[in-house]
Amino acid sequence: MTKKRLLSAFGTGLALIMVASGASAAGLSDDVLKVGVMTDMSGAYSDLSGPGSAVAAQMAIEDYGGVVLGKKIEFTSADHQNKADIAANKAREWFDADKVDVIADLSTSSTALAVMEIADQKNKVTLISTGGSTKITNSNCIATNVHWTYDTYALAVGTGKAVVANGGDTWFFITADYAFGHSLEADTADVVTASGGKVLGKVRAPFPNADFSSFLLQAQASGAKIIGLANAGSDTINAIKQAKEFGITQNQTLAGLLIFITDINSLGLETAQGMMLTTGFYWDRDEESRAWSKRFQARHKSMPTMSQAGVYSSLMHYFKAVDKAGTDEAHAVMAAMKSMPINDMFAKNGYIRDDGRMIHDMYLVQVKKPSESKGPWDYYKVLRTIPGDEAYITPEKSACKFLKK
Amino acid sequence: MTGIAKTNRPLIGAALMLAILLIAPHLFYPVFLMKVLCFALFACAFNLLLGYVGLLSFGHAAFFGSAGYITAHAVKVLNFSPILGILLGVAVSSLLGLVIGWLAIRRSGIYFAMITLGFAQVVYFLSLQLPFTGGEDGIQGVPRGTLFGLVDLRDTMSMYYFVLVIFLCGFWLVYRTINSPFGQVLKAIRENEPRARSLGYDTDRFKLMAFVISAGLSGLAGGTKSLVFQLASLTDVNWHMSGEVVLMTLLGGMGTVLGPAVGALLVVTLNNYLAGFGSWVTIIIGVIFVSCVLAFRRGIVGEVMEKVRIWNSKDSR
Amino acid sequence: MMIQIFGIPIQALLGQLLVGLINGSFYAILSLGLAIIFGLLNIINFAHGAQYMLGAFAAWMSLTYLGVNYWVGLILAPLAVGIFGIIMERLMLRRLYHLDHLYGLLLTFGLALILEGLFRQFYGVSGLSYPIPEVFQGGVNLGFMFLPYYRAWVIVASLTVCFSTWFVIERTKLGAYLRAATENPELLQAFGINVPLMITLTFGYGVALAGFAGVLAAPIYQVTPVMGSNLIIVVFAVVVIGGMGSILGSIITGISLGLLEGLTKVFYPEASGVVVFVIMALVLLIRPAGLFGRVK
Repeated sequence: MTKKRLLSAFGTGLALIMVASGASAAGLSDDVLKVGVMTDMSGAYSDLSGPGSAVAAQMAIEDYGGVVLGKKIEFTSADHQNKADIAANKAREWFDADKVDVIADLSTSSTALAVMEIADQKNKVTLISTGGSTKITNSNCIATNVHWTYDTYALAVGTGKAVVANGGDTWFFITADYAFGHSLEADTADVVTASGGKVLGKVRAPFPNADFSSFLLQAQASGAKIIGLANAGSDTINAIKQAKEFGITQNQTLAGLLIFITDINSLGLETAQGMMLTTGFYWDRDEESRAWSKRFQARHKSMPTMSQAGVYSSLMHYFKAVDKAGTDEAHAVMAAMKSMPINDMFAKNGYIRDDGRMIHDMYLVQVKKPSESKGPWDYYKVLRTIPGDEAYITPEKSACKFLKK
Repeated sequence: MTGIAKTNRPLIGAALMLAILLIAPHLFYPVFLMKVLCFALFACAFNLLLGYVGLLSFGHAAFFGSAGYITAHAVKVLNFSPILGILLGVAVSSLLGLVIGWLAIRRSGIYFAMITLGFAQVVYFLSLQLPFTGGEDGIQGVPRGTLFGLVDLRDTMSMYYFVLVIFLCGFWLVYRTINSPFGQVLKAIRENEPRARSLGYDTDRFKLMAFVISAGLSGLAGGTKSLVFQLASLTDVNWHMSGEVVLMTLLGGMGTVLGPAVGALLVVTLNNYLAGFGSWVTIIIGVIFVSCVLAFRRGIVGEVMEKVRIWNSKDSR
Repeated sequence: MMIQIFGIPIQALLGQLLVGLINGSFYAILSLGLAIIFGLLNIINFAHGAQYMLGAFAAWMSLTYLGVNYWVGLILAPLAVGIFGIIMERLMLRRLYHLDHLYGLLLTFGLALILEGLFRQFYGVSGLSYPIPEVFQGGVNLGFMFLPYYRAWVIVASLTVCFSTWFVIERTKLGAYLRAATENPELLQAFGINVPLMITLTFGYGVALAGFAGVLAAPIYQVTPVMGSNLIIVVFAVVVIGGMGSILGSIITGISLGLLEGLTKVFYPEASGVVVFVIMALVLLIRPAGLFGRVK
C-alpha cells in the first residue's frame, strides 16, 4: 500500500513537472475539463438514474462555478441502453476522441464493469453511482474508480441485520434467478444467520417475471416472518403489489433488498407501506439534503434517488480534487480525492478506501403508512443510521488487490 | 456495354471495396468499423437463410450471442488463443444450429419464425443462469491475446485487420455457398419446395445444412465481436438482437449479396448516432421496419439493382 | 427433489393449480386472439403484445384522464384498441395480403417497436399503478389458499369471453361465414357478402381481445410499456404447441400450459421460465403440426 501511495505521489510530482514545463499555466491535459454522464436514458433504470443523473451533474458543474483551474468544465451525456458493448464503445470514443476526463453514473453493473476496464487502460476516472455490484470494488477493482453511492452488499446486510434485530428472525427468499439475485440472497442469508435469525426457505423465480403469486404462496406457506425480495426493478414492484393483493402483508413483512425511492413512488404508499429497506440517501434527512433536493426537484419534477444525489456529490468532490491536485491526471486526482473527507448534502465524514469504495453512512428506513405521510415524496421513516464501516465489506474480506498488503 | 466489361465489373467492384476497407480505419473510428464488420458478417449469415432459402429465423441472436460467451470464456478462463477461441465458438453455435434447426425445419413460414424465437428464448435463459456467463454482468475483460504469438491484438489497427480477414473469409464462404450447386438447390427450395422434392432432393437435409452454416457463421461474427469489445453480454442473446439482424437484412436487401452488409452499416451507424435520443431509437427502427415492408421490400441494394437492371434492359433495346 | 415432490401437501398443490389457471386464462385469451387473426388473415400479429400493453394503458388513461371507473374502462379500452387495430389493418396490413405471410410478421414487429418506444418515451419504464376496483378488494379464504376476488373475476371474465367467442365462431351463422371466408373468400364474395369488411372487423375483434386481456391485467401487474413484449413470446410458443387448427384448441392449450407452468413453479421453479419452450420442442418432435393442428 505504501508503495502505491508513493507511486501516486510520484505521479502527482511528475504531472506537476510536466505542467510546469508546459506552456499552459493550468494543469489540464487539454483546455477543458470534460464530464461525461453515461446512463440509462430510456430503459429499465431511466427513472432512477437516467435524465435525472444528467440534471444532477449539470447542477454540480453550475454549483462549482463552471470553472476548475481556470478552465471551463464541459458536460456531455450518453445513453448506454444498458448494453455493455455500447457503453464500452462510447467510453473508448469519449476518451480517445472527445477528451472526456471523467465518466459518472453507469446504470448497470455490466456497463460499469465494461467502462472501468477501458478507463483503466486509458488512465481516466470513473465515478459509479447506480451500478451496484460488489465486483466493482472487489475482483474487478481498478485504481481510478470510485464506487460512490451503494453496493448490493451494503443494502442486503443493512436490511438483513436490522430486520433480525427488530424481531424478524425467520426469513424466506424470493430470488431472481441469475448471478445478481443469487449474490443478493447469499449476502443477506449470511447476515441473517450470523445475527441469530433463520432462513426457512427460498424460491428461485425466473427473470424477468411478471406473476409472483405462485412464489408468494410458497413464501406464505413457509410461515416466515420476513419475505426477502432478492430482485430489482419491475420484478420487485410486481412482487410487492401482488403480496398486498394476496393479503400476505397482513401477517408477514416484506424486505426489499434493492429498492429506490422512485419504485416506492410508482407503487404508492397504500401498497408499499410497512416495507423495510436500506438506502444511501434520503432527501428529507437534514436541512442540507432538503435544500439540495428541493432545487433538484424544481428542475427534474421528482425528488432525487440515491443514485442521482450520488452523481452530484461524486462530481463535486472530483472537481475539488482536481483543484487540489492542480491537474486532471487520474492518479493524482484520485490521491487528492482520497485525501479529503466528504461532507456535503449526501454524506457526512465519508471517505474513499483504496479499493475505490466510498464509505459513508447508510440508512435503514421503513415505508410510511399513507396516514403518516405529509405529502408527495414523504415516504420514509429513518429507523437507523448504519455507520459506513459497518455497512460495507470490511477490508479483510475484500478481494481487491489494492487492499492486499 | 461489352460482355467482357460486364463480367469484369464485379471484380472491379470487389477490388474497390477491398481498397476502401483497407484504408477505412485511417479515416473512421476503427472500433466502430469493427462493430460494423461483425454485424455485416452476422447479417450475411442470416441472409443465407432468409434470402436464399426463404426461412425467416427470429432466433439468430442465440447463435451470435452464445458463440460470444463461448469464445470469451475460452479465451479468458481457459487461456485459448484468439483463433482457437473463435473456432470453439463457431463449433458450439453450429452444434446449437444443428439441434434447433433439426426441430425447426419441421415447420415453415411463420411457424418456423416462432419456433426459432422460442428456442432462442431458452438460450437466453441459459445465458442468464449458467454460472460461467456471469448473469447480467456478462463476461468482462476478455483479453484479445496475440495472433500466433506474433501480432499483439491489443493494438487497435492489428485487431481491425484481423477482424477484416475474418469478415472476408466469412463473406467469401457465404458467396461460395450461394453460387455453388448447393446454393442452386437452396434457391429451388425457396421458389418451390414441392418441385425440388419431386426432383429427388432431400429438401430437409439441404435446409438443415443451410441452417447450420448460417448458425456457424453467425457464431463466427459473435465470437469475433466478443474479442473486439472484450466482453460478452446478454445484449447479444436477447431477442431484440434477432430483430435487429432481420432489420439489417431487410433494409439492405434480402437475397442480395451485398445488401445485408449495407443494412448492417446503416443500422449500426443509426444506433451509434441516435444513442443520445433515448426511446426514439426504438421508434425510428420501428418506422424503418414498417416503411421497408410497405414501400421498398427489395431493400436498398435490391432497389438499386432493380433500377440498374431496368436501365440496362432499356439500353440494350 | 423427489422427496420434495411428495413433501408438498395437496392443499399447496391446489393453490398453485388455481394460480396456474389464472395465468392460463391470460394465455388462452391472448392465443385465441392470435388464432382468430391467423385463421382469417394468415398473419402472425407480432404487435399482439403491444396491443395488450395498449389495453392496459387505455384503461389507466381512461381512469386518470377521464375519471371513468373500471367497468367502463373494460368496455372502452378494448374498443379503442380494436379501432386502432382496424385502422392498422385498413392502412397497412391490407397492402400485404398478396405477399408472403412473413411480411405481415415483419410489419407488425415494426409496429410493436413503435408502440413500445412511444409509451416508453412518454410514460417512462417504472410503470403506473392501476388500483384494484372497489368491488374486488379483498378476497376469500378457500382453506388451501387466499383467493383475491379480483383473480377470481379474471378467471370468470376471460373464460366467458373465450367460450362465447368459440360459440359464435363454431356454432352460429356469422361464424359459418367467417369460416367460409378463410376457406374460400371468392365464393363467399360471390354470395354478396362483404368479405373485406368482415376481415377488417374480425381483425379488430382479435386485437380487441388483446386489449381486453390488457385491462384485466392492469390491476394485477404494473402497467408498463414492456409488459407485453416478454409475454408475447410465451404466447407464440403456446400457439405453436396448440397448432392453431381450431379455436377451441387454442383456448384449451392456453389454459393447460398455464396449469403446467404453475406446477413447475412448485416442483422446479428454476425451469418455470422455459417449461413452455421445452414442451414446444417435445410437441414438435412428436406432432410437428401441433396438438390441434392440421397438416396442410
